[in-house]
Formats: sequence, structure tokens, C-alpha cells
Amino acid sequence: MAHAEAAAHEGQEHPIGIYLQVWFYLFVLSTFSYLVDFYNIEGVLRWFLILFFMVLKAGLIMAIFMHLWWEAASLIYACLLPLLTVAWLIFLMVSQSDYTFFTRVFMFALGG
Amino acid sequence: MSQANTGQTVGFVADWSSDQRVFKDVPWGKAMMWCLLVADTFIFGIFLTAYMAGRSLTTGTWPDPSKIFSLNIGGQELPLILIAIMTFILISSSGTMAMAVRFGYQHDRAKCGMMMLLTAAFGATFVGMQFFEWSHLIFALDIKAWGNPMGAPQFGSFFFMITGFHGTHVSIGVIFLVIIALKAFRGDYDNGAPGFFTSRKGRYESVEVMGLYWHFVDLVWVFIFALFYLW
Repeated sequence: MAHAEAAAHEGQEHPIGIYLQVWFYLFVLSTFSYLVDFYNIEGVLRWFLILFFMVLKAGLIMAIFMHLWWEAASLIYACLLPLLTVAWLIFLMVSQSDYTFFTRVFMFALGG
Repeated sequence: MSQANTGQTVGFVADWSSDQRVFKDVPWGKAMMWCLLVADTFIFGIFLTAYMAGRSLTTGTWPDPSKIFSLNIGGQELPLILIAIMTFILISSSGTMAMAVRFGYQHDRAKCGMMMLLTAAFGATFVGMQFFEWSHLIFALDIKAWGNPMGAPQFGSFFFMITGFHGTHVSIGVIFLVIIALKAFRGDYDNGAPGFFTSRKGRYESVEVMGLYWHFVDLVWVFIFALFYLW
């Protein structure tokens, strides 16, 4: 993007500062997610915070450390779009496992 | 660089419709590594989805990871402390790996190799701590792949499957880090020495491709840490 000229050298060469910055953010975010457990935050807030910190960390690693931010769009989409099928699988498995759970509760209560 | 690198829809459409190479300006090794990583993402994605399904369909109570992975340090029970330290170690290794890529493209072979050896050392430490964690679970807490005293029997199989597969990735990464570091020290990437298997000219791009794999291992741990240990 705006950094296209930075990639014009040999491979992905970027200023060292941006790596150190990301490194620092990853430490902070990991500490936060650990504190979620340490302070026993429960319920929806816990799930939201865990997923929130997880997505931020994953985004930082992929964008900066793995250089996806500076890669060609064709490569970025080839890597990320197939993962939508995993989202579809998660959706399928959530509904399926809920069904299995209720069937089990029902059958166990009736004794088969 | 060409319009391919603008990161815009135009470049994306042009690349995929040009009836030539799709990944212009992307080195062959890097494109292949990304193929491997996408495939690996599917494997870990399926593992974690299976874990989610297994955890929500079981009628047993799920063992509390916060308690299972706690350690007693100085008379104080600290939840998940070992896992937190492992997380910080893996993040640090990702940082040193990024430094190695940076030094590589500056043709500083000594610093590049040192950073990779440091990364490998962090990785080996991680695997060592995982070994400790596994033996603690198996022998002290009696958690087996087929059952455990705390509740849902599915816990063990998912735990050993997912962390074991990740630990294997870390171990393989450590081995390759040492190999690539030795090649960097030897000057293969400065002199363009041909590779043993591929006969391709050595260049520092190999360090970046190695970095992709290593950051991916860290990336997977982010998901395991959040979804298995914290959830």
C-alpha cells in the first residue's frame, strides 16, 4: 500500500522499529488476555475479551511479522479467502453439537 | 513496483485474470510456504472446531483449565502461569525471528544467524516446558487421552492432540531454524551457494520463508491459548 516502495528493495525489508513496536504490543495484549483469567472475568465479557485480544494478536502477527500488509493483493486473498470455509464449518458444528447435546440429555434422562 | 503490489481490487483482479503467473513479484519459495500454511491452517482449524464441538456436546463437566494449569510458586497458587510464560517465550521468539529476517536483508550474516539460533533456543525452551506440562498432567493429575478424574473424558484427547500437533510444529521449526542459521553463517546466502536438494541459488529470501513458518507457529499458539486455555 503506502509502503509499496519499501518492498521494492530485495524482498520484505522494513525498519526495525515497526517490528519492535509489534513485539511490544504482542506482550501487552498477551498480558491482558492472561489478566482476563487471573481476575476471573466470567460470562459474555470474558468470551468477548478473549476473542478480541486473540484477533488483535493474530492480525498483528499476520500483517506485520508475516508481511501480509505489504504483499500483493492476489496473494493476500489467496491466503485469506479459503479460510471462510472454516467459518462455515464452525457454524455447521455449532448447530450439530447443540443438537447432539440435547439428544443426549433427552436420551440419558429417559434411559435410552 | 507494479500495480500488483498496490493492495487494491484492481491489482487483485488483474493478477488472477492475466492468464500468466498469478503471484507476480512473489518468490516461488514464499508462495509455496503460504500454500503449506493455508493447508496447515485448515488442519488446526478442523482440530479446534472439533474441540469446540466435542466440548459443547459432552454432558460431562469440562475440567477448568485455569485450575489444571496452575502452578504453586512460593506458596501461592498462580492460575495458568506456565502457559502464560510459554506464550511470552513464543512471542519473544517471533520477535527475534523478525530481527533475523531484517538482518538477513541487510546481508549481516552473523547477526542474522545469531538471531535465528536465539529463536531456535526460545523454541526449544517452549517444547521443554510443554514436556514438563504434559508429564505433570499425565503423572500428577492422571489426565489421559481416554479420561480424567476432573470430568469430561474428551478433555485429554483434545488437549494432547492439539498441543501435541503444535509442539511437533515447533520442534520441526527448531530443526529447520538451526539448518538455515548454519547456512547463513556459512555465507550461502551471500555467495549464492546452490541448495543441497534444490540447487537453487542461496539468497536471504530463505530466511524470510523460514520466518513465515515460525510466525505461523506463534499464530497458531495465539488461537490455542485463547480457545483452549482461556475459554
